[in-house]
Amino acid sequence: MSDSLPDGLRELLRTAAGAGGGPWHRLLRPGDGLLLLVSAALVAVSYPLLWRGGVADRAIVKRDGQLVTELALNVPRRFEVEGAIGTTVIEVQPGRARVLSDPGPRQYCVQQGWLTRANAVAICAPNHVTLQLGGRGGANAGYDSINY
Amino acid sequence: MTADDRRVARYAAAAIALSVAEAALPSPLPGIKPGLANIIVLVVLARHGWRDAAWVSLLRVLAGSLAIGQFLAPGFFLALAGAVCSLAVLALAQALPVRWFGPVTASVLAAFAHIGGQILLARAWLVPHDGVFYLLPLFATAALVFGTINGLIAARLLALPQGKATS
Repeated sequence: MSDSLPDGLRELLRTAAGAGGGPWHRLLRPGDGLLLLVSAALVAVSYPLLWRGGVADRAIVKRDGQLVTELALNVPRRFEVEGAIGTTVIEVQPGRARVLSDPGPRQYCVQQGWLTRANAVAICAPNHVTLQLGGRGGANAGYDSINY
Repeated sequence: MTADDRRVARYAAAAIALSVAEAALPSPLPGIKPGLANIIVLVVLARHGWRDAAWVSLLRVLAGSLAIGQFLAPGFFLALAGAVCSLAVLALAQALPVRWFGPVTASVLAAFAHIGGQILLARAWLVPHDGVFYLLPLFATAALVFGTINGLIAARLLALPQGKATS
């Protein structure tokens, strides 16, 4: 059976069976260890660097595409916006925001619940009001609730 | 058909067998897998040079994808992009001093190049949105871990007395 195996694979199986001998760390040369340390550090740094974009720090309220207000996400408060058909109430709590109530007939933006990630957006179309969260990385950084 | 051709074919067969076996392993995230076939590529690189390693690697991508029914599917192009990038990096890594840098360095660099090539192709073609880079830390972690393990296995294979058939 083993005669039909390719040589490389047979070698591999023989090694797996323990024929290689010698401790594993002998196989590392000085530069290898250095490269592993540097790589591990870079990989560790990549987590906060690439995942930070998801943290939201402000709620952006717009009516007809025009900025109405920006609310910091560190103090709880409520904010009322007069829209096309009535009043939309935005609620902000530390780290998150939601549309508390809206006069729209289908209540999509209310049922969306709390928004927590940067660039997440709740759209109350009948009332022409949108609530969007902004993050540190600018408008296009990190998370996009429509695409992702 | 020269002895060179037969040697490349033998190594490529081993690499294809490993990539087919590996396709059966479950993976938590598409794209994260051990890449065991790269062990063979590393061994060929050290023993027979970059040209043979490139042959083995590209034959592996081609025949491996045919064997698991992925040929010309997105996965095939991702694998090809990864293989081409890692071969390019391996060509550059050949210039490193052998006394200081062994197969583990080559393996880790090739693994990073592999995910780099794949994620750039995915960004340009499959998922035209920066959201794909969100997965980069996970891919990079997998590349570091599997690159190290594959490199150690390759180093161990290379430390064995060379058999007649593979010389």
